[in-house]
Amino acid sequence: MNDGSPGHIDPQGLRVTRQNASQLLRGHELEGRNPGADPEGTDLERFVEERVLTTTLDRAVAWARSNSFFPATFGLACCAIEMMSIVAARVDVARFGYEAFRASPRQADLLILSGRVSIKMAPIVRRIYDQMLEPKWAISMGACCSSMGVFNNYSLVPAEKFMPVDVHVPGCPPRPEALMHGVLKLRKMVQDDPDMGWRDRYDARGTEEVVQAGGRDAAENVPLDGAS
Amino acid sequence: MSEANGQQLSDYRRREQSITLSPIEEQIGEGQDDTREEVLTLNFGPHHPATHGVLRLLVTLKGELVQEIKPIVGYVHTGIEKTAEDKSYWKVIPVIERMDYLAYHFNAYAYCGAVETLLEIEVPRRAQYLRVIHLELTRIMSHLVWLGTSALDLGAISMFWYCFREREKILDLFEYSTGARMHTRYLQIGGVVEDVPPGYATKLSGFLDEMPERLAQYGALLNNNEIFLQRLRGTCSLDASTLLSLGVTGPLLRAAGVPWDLRKAEPKCSYEDFSFKVPVGTVGDNYDRYAVRMAEMGESVKIIRQALDGLPEGPHITTDRKVALPPRHELATSMEALIHHFKLVTEGFRVPPGEVYFPVEGPRGEYGCFVRSDGSSKPVRVHMRDPSFVNLQAFTHMARGDYIADMIATLAMLDPILGGIDR
Amino acid sequence: MPDATGLELIAQELREAQGAGPRAASGSPVLDTDFFRGRASLRIEPEHVRSVLESLRGRGYAFMSSLHGVDYHPSEPRLGVQYELLDMARVDRITVKLRVPTSAPEVDSVTPAGEDGPGWPAAEFQEREVYDMFGVVFRGHPDLRRILMPEDYEGYPQRRDFPIGGEPILFTFNESEKEGSPR
Repeated sequence: MNDGSPGHIDPQGLRVTRQNASQLLRGHELEGRNPGADPEGTDLERFVEERVLTTTLDRAVAWARSNSFFPATFGLACCAIEMMSIVAARVDVARFGYEAFRASPRQADLLILSGRVSIKMAPIVRRIYDQMLEPKWAISMGACCSSMGVFNNYSLVPAEKFMPVDVHVPGCPPRPEALMHGVLKLRKMVQDDPDMGWRDRYDARGTEEVVQAGGRDAAENVPLDGAS
Repeated sequence: MSEANGQQLSDYRRREQSITLSPIEEQIGEGQDDTREEVLTLNFGPHHPATHGVLRLLVTLKGELVQEIKPIVGYVHTGIEKTAEDKSYWKVIPVIERMDYLAYHFNAYAYCGAVETLLEIEVPRRAQYLRVIHLELTRIMSHLVWLGTSALDLGAISMFWYCFREREKILDLFEYSTGARMHTRYLQIGGVVEDVPPGYATKLSGFLDEMPERLAQYGALLNNNEIFLQRLRGTCSLDASTLLSLGVTGPLLRAAGVPWDLRKAEPKCSYEDFSFKVPVGTVGDNYDRYAVRMAEMGESVKIIRQALDGLPEGPHITTDRKVALPPRHELATSMEALIHHFKLVTEGFRVPPGEVYFPVEGPRGEYGCFVRSDGSSKPVRVHMRDPSFVNLQAFTHMARGDYIADMIATLAMLDPILGGIDR
Repeated sequence: MPDATGLELIAQELREAQGAGPRAASGSPVLDTDFFRGRASLRIEPEHVRSVLESLRGRGYAFMSSLHGVDYHPSEPRLGVQYELLDMARVDRITVKLRVPTSAPEVDSVTPAGEDGPGWPAAEFQEREVYDMFGVVFRGHPDLRRILMPEDYEGYPQRRDFPIGGEPILFTFNESEKEGSPR
């Protein structure tokens, strides 16, 4: 029991907290659902679909995706130098298959935000992230983009404020090994569940772009007002 | 189709619909008297494949010839100078270090030198020599990163791995003596934070033994490389008087033939004890800038060798307990030491009021730190005159009239560090 | 550095060059000289900045090392601009300081060439930075816009009365203050 006495920690209480935290990370909206309650019906189906890889094909696709991230070259400040270090020979990111750093966001699927994001740069980061195709992941490398870092002032924005981040790697700058640990954590997360409830977590249902089947070239511009 | 909606088609949509797949009748430039030349403004956005940070360039082009370059900076502005006003003097050091993130010891040195001038304290000789060792190692490391990323920009991709291999050795040395790879907070006000551990001299000596050979290997790869010569020789040169009027310092100025190096002109921190040469170029083109930096790495190795061989005994930080923390073993026995420790850790030391500008020679040029104090324990104004910020003004003068590819090579040879530019 | 007497001689010559006698009150460009920690500095009237810098250039200080701003709040006039000049041939530095009030924060820009001299192109970006951070308007600057902050930013961040900003640091006791927090 949590009787409030200092130094007494109730292991059951701890477990509930941890479960809540992991549910949070997995995209549970705690307002809408009772923490720990079982979803039912179509809710259950959707829950299972999003979180549990039922088919071998899904698992295979997730395995392939996780082993071939294409990081976008997005070095902002000091962390960029340590990010360059993971490409270098000592901590070789090519061992894991991630050496293909792509300059164009259209061809990249992992955004390693390395460095401090200033208010002038934030809209540009957001635009680059938007230009990436799904599935996409983001690692916030370093203290400055995870929280405000060493500098807590008018000109910085933590990355969580304007874009979804999957893994935060602390450090100033994080050692290349630490960044590698973060990337491998992401790899594990993707292997288990590539979608990671992304759209629920950021309330983005309904933002999918659907290409209508039958007779229409996917490359044609889809007018916003619905006019054919 | 859109007129039916009552909306007018935008100009863009009209032009888009007018595109047909019929063969183009009139080629560009072949028209009767079609001598219009279009001037194109291209945005090299803040996110670009060149690994030089978030620099945005608005390049006005005539064909492929550059007419004008307008750099737009500020995408990594961190308000470091404002943050520094909020912290006590020794807490500013880690913040200031993160300005030019490849020359962190130089940032710290400029700041510590300014505060030491205000405090009028003497830095012990051993601390000065240790500072010189770390400063020159930082210079070599900065030039290695420059070489690796510039060669990457120009297409010599394997140089990246070689240079970062040496850089890892230098970072190992930093980790050995200071505990951190980057942003080490090693330079403190009054000296250095702690003495070098046993075994450091051997490790450093081993590094110094193999470094000249590596530099020779890099030279052998690149110096007479046909592509390197064609990309760099004779491109984007700028004469010395224009560079001086633009405030350019550092290897860019020395490549144009001006032998100005603050380590020789205004030696601080016992640089006058070491004998080294200052490499100076002749023509001032991109190849000279490259050659000057390569030679500087060799000279830095010599300086470190002399500093290591002549390392004097003595304290590693000033003995003035009002400024520097007392050694921990004293805290158990001396009450005064405890009081000093407490005062320094909570409030920090107070600096007499005044303003001072302290310039040092860093890998990119003159780093000058301006510190104003009003007698309290926090600085009122800390400003860093960053060389990349001032050198960037010369970029448009350098690249005017040359091709875009030369502009990229010049940007690589300019060695801008956006952390320093934007602070 | 010019030593203390050398500094006084320079200051006197500058005053005489303006046509005013030494120590004359009005029209004199040099308000004060200061020799602090072995470094020489001149405090001048803001409207004479171009002429003072040109005469110093004539004496050999031809390299502009740095141009930066200071906020002397609460002491008026509040906004200071400092010019660091360097004489490479004699390895000499001298600082020129001026102060303008917030009510009229205008100084002639030293960047463009004028009939009094070729100007100091080194000052271009640095004057923009002082404008951006302190709000000092440089008359005649070829391109005075914000350089470090976004172009439409309001406020001058490095003034002393500008708040430092930032996020509140969250611990467990004030965690619920963060928006979007589950607790």
